[in-house]
Amino acid sequence: MEKNRHFLVGIFNDEDILIDAVKKIRAKGITIHEVYTPYPVHHLEDHLGYKRSWMPKAAFMFGLTGTICAIVMQTYMLGIDWPMIIGGKSYIAIPDFVPVSFEMTVLFASFGMAFTFFFVRNLLPHRVPIIFDRRASDDKHVMAIDLAANSFSESEIRKVLQEVQAEEIYRKDLTEEELKGNFITYLVDLFTNGVTSSSRKLN
Amino acid sequence: MASTQHEHHDLHDTHDVHYNLDERFEFSSKIKKDVFTILGIGIVLFVIGLILSMIGGGHHHASIENADNLVVSINGGHEVNPVQNEQGAGHGSHHGAIGWLQRLYANLWLNNVFFTGISLIGIFFFAIQYVASAGWSAGIIRVIISLSRFLPYMAVMMLGVFLLAHHDLFHWTHHYLYEKFLADGVTPNPEYDPIINGKKGFLNIPFFLFRMIVFFGIWLFFAYVFRSESAKEDLENGSTVRYRRLVRFSAFFIVFFAISSAISAWDWVMSIDTHWYSTMFGWYVFASWFVTGVALITMLIIHLKEWGYLQFVNEAHLHDLGKFVFGFSIFWTYIWFSQFLLIYYANIPEETVYFFERLSRDQYAPLFFLNIFLNFVFPFLGLMTRDSKRKMRILKIVCTIVIIGHWLDFYLMITPGTLKDAGNLGLLEIGLAMIYLGAFLYVVFQGLQKLPLIPKNHPMLEESLHHH
Repeated sequence: MEKNRHFLVGIFNDEDILIDAVKKIRAKGITIHEVYTPYPVHHLEDHLGYKRSWMPKAAFMFGLTGTICAIVMQTYMLGIDWPMIIGGKSYIAIPDFVPVSFEMTVLFASFGMAFTFFFVRNLLPHRVPIIFDRRASDDKHVMAIDLAANSFSESEIRKVLQEVQAEEIYRKDLTEEELKGNFITYLVDLFTNGVTSSSRKLN
Repeated sequence: MASTQHEHHDLHDTHDVHYNLDERFEFSSKIKKDVFTILGIGIVLFVIGLILSMIGGGHHHASIENADNLVVSINGGHEVNPVQNEQGAGHGSHHGAIGWLQRLYANLWLNNVFFTGISLIGIFFFAIQYVASAGWSAGIIRVIISLSRFLPYMAVMMLGVFLLAHHDLFHWTHHYLYEKFLADGVTPNPEYDPIINGKKGFLNIPFFLFRMIVFFGIWLFFAYVFRSESAKEDLENGSTVRYRRLVRFSAFFIVFFAISSAISAWDWVMSIDTHWYSTMFGWYVFASWFVTGVALITMLIIHLKEWGYLQFVNEAHLHDLGKFVFGFSIFWTYIWFSQFLLIYYANIPEETVYFFERLSRDQYAPLFFLNIFLNFVFPFLGLMTRDSKRKMRILKIVCTIVIIGHWLDFYLMITPGTLKDAGNLGLLEIGLAMIYLGAFLYVVFQGLQKLPLIPKNHPMLEESLHHH
């Protein structure tokens, strides 16, 4: 497959230098594709101009679904379908329902969030996410700039990265599939070529 | 040239801001006026409530006498002889002071317990920060410990009210409960209570007073050490001796507090319902105290910032405090519900009596449900989102509700057991709570003046100033 996505990767050693670099680069009008850091860098997302995630709202909705399911389930089972007196309480004894409702709220919220996160980040079974530089999980901050998304030339961006004290700059070319492969292509590949070929090597 | 300088400044904007680390709180006349307004309204409401209660006292008196007769007739089951009748009347006179005086005592006790708890949480929260090596709170640590300034006054009040009113508040203090026979040594004493007699080893006045005095003594000792060590730290630049000593003392305090707060909860609150017991009660009272204490600390910090102090406090500090209020509101609910569910499910009369007393009376039942709404539903939904924990306005509303809600929680722990049917939530209750709040704020603000607001030599102060 043709490697038609071109990136410029900048490696940073220090989080303060990284934040300054992000501010300066964005001030110059250059779009940053993504920044990978070994640990959460506070306020990096603000400097990158990311909007607040909608995930908490999803979590609330999942939780609420769980609560409602639990209450409906228990009311129907114990109150309507097969009314049964337990411990001398009424059929629909609300305090008895609380622990189960609580557990189901937590269950729905956590499973819902895990699967939503996998789906949103394209993290599906046996898929390896795009990794620009493996040192991003060790001791370096990695910034990727998509050349196609910017009107500046490669040498201009390289110069800016040098100015903001990136300690290493190199170009990386990826195929479209590597960047945003989808689950169907992956499955087809898995069935036609087997596990070894479809699981992308870490590089 | 100018542009590069500007750029340099821009790059380090978060690091170059200088805060006045020597700032001192001034209890200005404007703030004093606010505190005296609370105190004044409280006194007016209290006096009106007391007068109303004195006028309407006869009614309560009568109803209690009826209740007493009822108890006697149920207890006896058999013929009531004249001696017993006399005995009953004698005890009637014990409770005879009911009406307004007992109502006053019960309310004094309620506010004593509530505000002692808040003052204690000041020390406890301070100790937690040191033991956990917390950096974010270094700048606000003086505000946290300032709550303990009210503890000596509470010690005096606690002791005074107990000595004055123990017969009106605590059923177990009546000596006749422990006597198997009447004065003649032959006739069985109808008032003899084998269950309470079995608790005699722990629940007796000398031991109760001993515990109270020892606990207050040790708490006050720790409060003094914490404040003075923190003050001495201001004079020793670059030394961590004081800090390390505070960590050690904090660790000891937390261990002692774990035991003493639970025992205080049994003594001061649970023993009112002498027959009843719950193994969760210590935690329940602690949870209520803790969330109130943190809500009050949050309120103090927000107001101090609004008055121009503690300018380093930003959304992140408020977010952390908000998380404490949110989390411990849920913790309180967890404890409250665990206690309720087990008793409800097992349905053993000697345990359900606690909830029966509260749910079967018209004046307590609505408050019982309001309690859960104010202390769980409201803070849970109000502080759920990230943004709401970072906004002063929302925090102020929720913290106020939480403080009122937990006062109500203590009202529901103490009043039904002491005043039974005569309990009421009127001007007297509200007025007295406001008087206590006013006095508490006065003492805390006076105390805040004594030291600089920011511990400038705290080894982790920088982290707190740049907390984000």
